[in-house]
Amino acid sequence: MKRLNRSKGGTVLLFLFILVMGFFCAFPMILIIGNSLKGVTELWKFPPTVFPKNPTLKNYRDMFQAMAGTLVPFSRYLMNTVVITVVGTLGNVIFGSMAAYALCKLRFPGRNRIFSLIVKALMFNATVTAIPSYIIMSNLGMVDSLWAIILPALGSTLSLYLIKQFMEQSIPDSLLEAARLDGASEWGVFWRIVMPNVKPAWCTAILLSVQALWNSSPNVLIYSEEKKTMSYVMGQISASGLSRAGVSAAVTVLMMSVPILVFIFSQNQVLKTMAASGMKE
Amino acid sequence: MKKKKERKERYTRKQILTGYGFLAPFLIMFLVFTVIPIVVSVVLSFAYFNGFSLPSFVGLSNYIKLFLKDELFLKALSNTLAFALVTGPLSYFLCLVLAWVISEFPPKIRSFLTLLFYAPSICGGVYLVFTIIFSENRYGWANAILMDLGITYKPIYWLTDPKYMFWVALLVILWTSLGSSFLSFIAGFLNIDESLYEAGAIDGVSNRWQELWYITLPSMKPQLLFGAVMSITGSFGVGPILDGIFGNPSTDYALYTMVHELSDYANTRLELGYASAIATVLFALMLGANQIVQKILAKVGD
Repeated sequence: MKRLNRSKGGTVLLFLFILVMGFFCAFPMILIIGNSLKGVTELWKFPPTVFPKNPTLKNYRDMFQAMAGTLVPFSRYLMNTVVITVVGTLGNVIFGSMAAYALCKLRFPGRNRIFSLIVKALMFNATVTAIPSYIIMSNLGMVDSLWAIILPALGSTLSLYLIKQFMEQSIPDSLLEAARLDGASEWGVFWRIVMPNVKPAWCTAILLSVQALWNSSPNVLIYSEEKKTMSYVMGQISASGLSRAGVSAAVTVLMMSVPILVFIFSQNQVLKTMAASGMKE
Repeated sequence: MKKKKERKERYTRKQILTGYGFLAPFLIMFLVFTVIPIVVSVVLSFAYFNGFSLPSFVGLSNYIKLFLKDELFLKALSNTLAFALVTGPLSYFLCLVLAWVISEFPPKIRSFLTLLFYAPSICGGVYLVFTIIFSENRYGWANAILMDLGITYKPIYWLTDPKYMFWVALLVILWTSLGSSFLSFIAGFLNIDESLYEAGAIDGVSNRWQELWYITLPSMKPQLLFGAVMSITGSFGVGPILDGIFGNPSTDYALYTMVHELSDYANTRLELGYASAIATVLFALMLGANQIVQKILAKVGD
């Protein structure tokens, strides 16, 4: 689109700013990808280089070897992370959408008060609830089980908030009324009319949820080795010293590719949702 | 945010049951893992509790100890505030300016740039690569470049010298902080009614900076508020991300934050009442910061 009021100097200035910031954001990621393809001799060179002269996939092969040396079979960590991510994300999207539907389109006492409580909850970080959450979880017998990570994710306020805001903007009440007149049950209205129409919102919830759960490393809540996650074992490999630097880079690249792929596929949907993310005073 | 008309409505039994039926699965998790913990935390902050025997009421003594006797807490408080006051606004403006510039590119380039800037906030452990960039021997990038250019002749201790630690930490935090607020701003910029700009041009808006301040920003106030909430929530939670790079405790406790102090008392010393008092102070800070920022944002475009 063409707009008025654009000075050349300003354009150059802003372009330079994007260039510098782009470099700042990209450099660490490029470096880690470069390192994951380097052999030992190239990893420790002065001055250091970004791209390997003789790229090798050795680190990725060694990764599987390092995995064989872990305390429990490596597939176990991967499995735990996958279970946490899939179950947590599904639950988060479904519970969040249901609640958003109720708060947005159904009439019942207390709904506005509950929503404003949820907005308040966006304003603080989960660290402040860590101690009582732990006490509650241990009373429920959830400590040292994957549920300790999955269940709190099901009450994530950010997804609910974004889905609700999007629903408000994109679904006219008349559409729901028409469906109800046709004899659709309340669940039918929600599942067959509302859900297909808020696809951008649940794509966003999926992204936020996958990103958080895929990287979760619950060192207090879970102590059994066989219940730990990828993110945890990645930390262990990274911590095992310089000799493992290449392997550690390979694991990092593998880990980061999942949320980034999800974002590549969901970007347009996410931006549609974010257009409705605004907060009224 | 509240609507007053709610009070006069009458509800049928069926409406109430359906409403709460849909809300229940989420609401239960929200109550159990967010609302009840906050209440319990505030209550426990007035008690002595070690997790085994019953809590005993001790009045304000946890708070008195925090502010008058615990020097490490004061250190943690000032570090937390320093991080929040510097990284919060800085990352907020960075998100805003980047989103503004990006939104003017054609769609394909815009998508690529969005991915590039957003990726660091979702890519998990990649931030650990900063330990290589700021490694304290000559294999570290920062040192290698400075030594190569002859600016220094011996390696700088980026990660253990308190003189530099804060700045390196700031860089790492900024790197990971272009998250939800950034996306929300991009969407905000992309969805502004074009006719507003035309009207503005007629009314005498003469350059892009005026356009930004008088037209664009006021019409995306809701996004600005959402972004602020996200930035504040993030900037007060700084702590765990630093441990992988600087270790915990960091040299001279230079990067020791309230999150560290909280987990130290909760997980290591099992003084849960005292830890709850720390959590309550942190909670109050986050809510207070939100109030202040909302007041400031109300002035945008005046």
